[in-house]
Amino acid sequence: MNTNTSKNTYHIPLVMVLAFIAGFIIMAIELLGGRILAPYFGSSIYVWGSIITVFMLSLSIGYLVGGKLSLHNPNMKTYGCFFTGAAFLLLPLVFWSNQIMEYLFLLIEDPRYGSLVVSLMLFFLPTAVMGMIAPYSVRLLVSTTHGSGHVAGKLYFISTLGSALGTLATSFYLVLWFEVNQILITMVLTLLIAGAAAIMTGMKYPVPGHIDS
Amino acid sequence: MAQLKSHLWVFLLAMLIILARDAFAQNGVRYIHQERSLYRNILVTEDSNRRCMRFTITSRSGQNQSCRFHDRPMELVFPYAKMTLSSLLVQDNPRRILIVGLGGGTLPDTYSTLFPETEIIISEIDDAVYRVARDYFDFEETDRITVDVGDARVYIKRAGLRGEKFDLVILDAFNGEYIPEHLMTAEFLQEVKKLLPENGMVVANTFSTSRLYAAESNTYREVFGEIYNIRMPGTGNRVIVASMQPLPDQATLEERAPAFRDRLEPFGFDVTEYPQYMSTDVNWDTSQRILTDQYSPANLLNN
Repeated sequence: MNTNTSKNTYHIPLVMVLAFIAGFIIMAIELLGGRILAPYFGSSIYVWGSIITVFMLSLSIGYLVGGKLSLHNPNMKTYGCFFTGAAFLLLPLVFWSNQIMEYLFLLIEDPRYGSLVVSLMLFFLPTAVMGMIAPYSVRLLVSTTHGSGHVAGKLYFISTLGSALGTLATSFYLVLWFEVNQILITMVLTLLIAGAAAIMTGMKYPVPGHIDS
Repeated sequence: MAQLKSHLWVFLLAMLIILARDAFAQNGVRYIHQERSLYRNILVTEDSNRRCMRFTITSRSGQNQSCRFHDRPMELVFPYAKMTLSSLLVQDNPRRILIVGLGGGTLPDTYSTLFPETEIIISEIDDAVYRVARDYFDFEETDRITVDVGDARVYIKRAGLRGEKFDLVILDAFNGEYIPEHLMTAEFLQEVKKLLPENGMVVANTFSTSRLYAAESNTYREVFGEIYNIRMPGTGNRVIVASMQPLPDQATLEERAPAFRDRLEPFGFDVTEYPQYMSTDVNWDTSQRILTDQYSPANLLNN
């Protein structure tokens, strides 16, 4: 067992930055979701209802699974895999969304259920994986029971701030300057880079400083 | 006791005055109905001349969507409606019409009066608009006029799959701020084009004063080729006319106009005045990128 008990806290700022990025990207994709679905399912209120429902559901499942995974050897490599995994799971959205939506548009008459099923197919997996990031981040940063609420508060602050900025930046500026796919691809690349940074750090320092097993 | 009673009367009178003042806004305009639908606030106002439907975003602002004069209900109030009707000079006698956006029902009523045998389908996303039009603007569905409540993009996509055709498609969707982005893209216009038979025509009500002017114009041109732009002084609207056939030139429209004058006169305008406002000139920046499903920042470019 690695008995390195030095106050090695290199990973704290990295986790904070990554949590911010995750928050940003989750909301950016949710906002783009409406734009992506509109040509096939319209922009009625139930389309937004479907998108938000799926995001909430996916995140909740992600939180549960991420929390569970944090019980077993919490480390930066696994953490990084959430990011790279989410990046790959977003590829169908980038490259095959039109085909998927066309198929479901033809299959399902009612645009309410059509939009719900499409949202599940396009957003569930990547969002669930990104949901695992939040609880896992808490586990990586918490060092004492006494400080655990404080750590969680700081993390949620950072990631929700990311969400707010992701919402604002996407709806105010990004859609004005870029195509939907350009924005999505940039996010995929950002997730890959973020994941790679975490994984490489994890390979260099296998056990984060203050984590007690 | 008497003093209490008189205080009570004063109080009641004051309440009545406050309520009345609320009901009677400026300029003698009364708010006779207000409704918040899923998509917007709908306000029905009335003054001594006319009754109007308004979409508002903030509490009492917004523009009138549809108005009707009390004493001359058939007369078209807004220039954009007259410009739309003048498109008959390009293509007459539609047997099947699709209108996107109901408003107060002005266009369906006018077209059904002109063409009683013509089938008119209106696609309106907001059930509340439909009810308000029915309850306050005498709009009626008949065996020739039907309303499909739902998103027009979905309706048009499905109609295309069913192979349906419409001689005339009028695009008049408005969400209170602008036209919905997914109803302005090249892909959408291609889906509309699929509904047009050989002599089909598209007439779109949009704006001449937005930063989207060039982008919209280029998008229509990309899909339909040459288009007519109808612009008039005194209005910020402009109407685009696109056809599956080559467009007749302005001189031809001027020749045709007198034959239409009597038919359109009951609606309150002299159509012979309109060819001068109709132009195929390209007076915008043709390098402005077109609007697509990937890139349609419509709501942000409007002011």
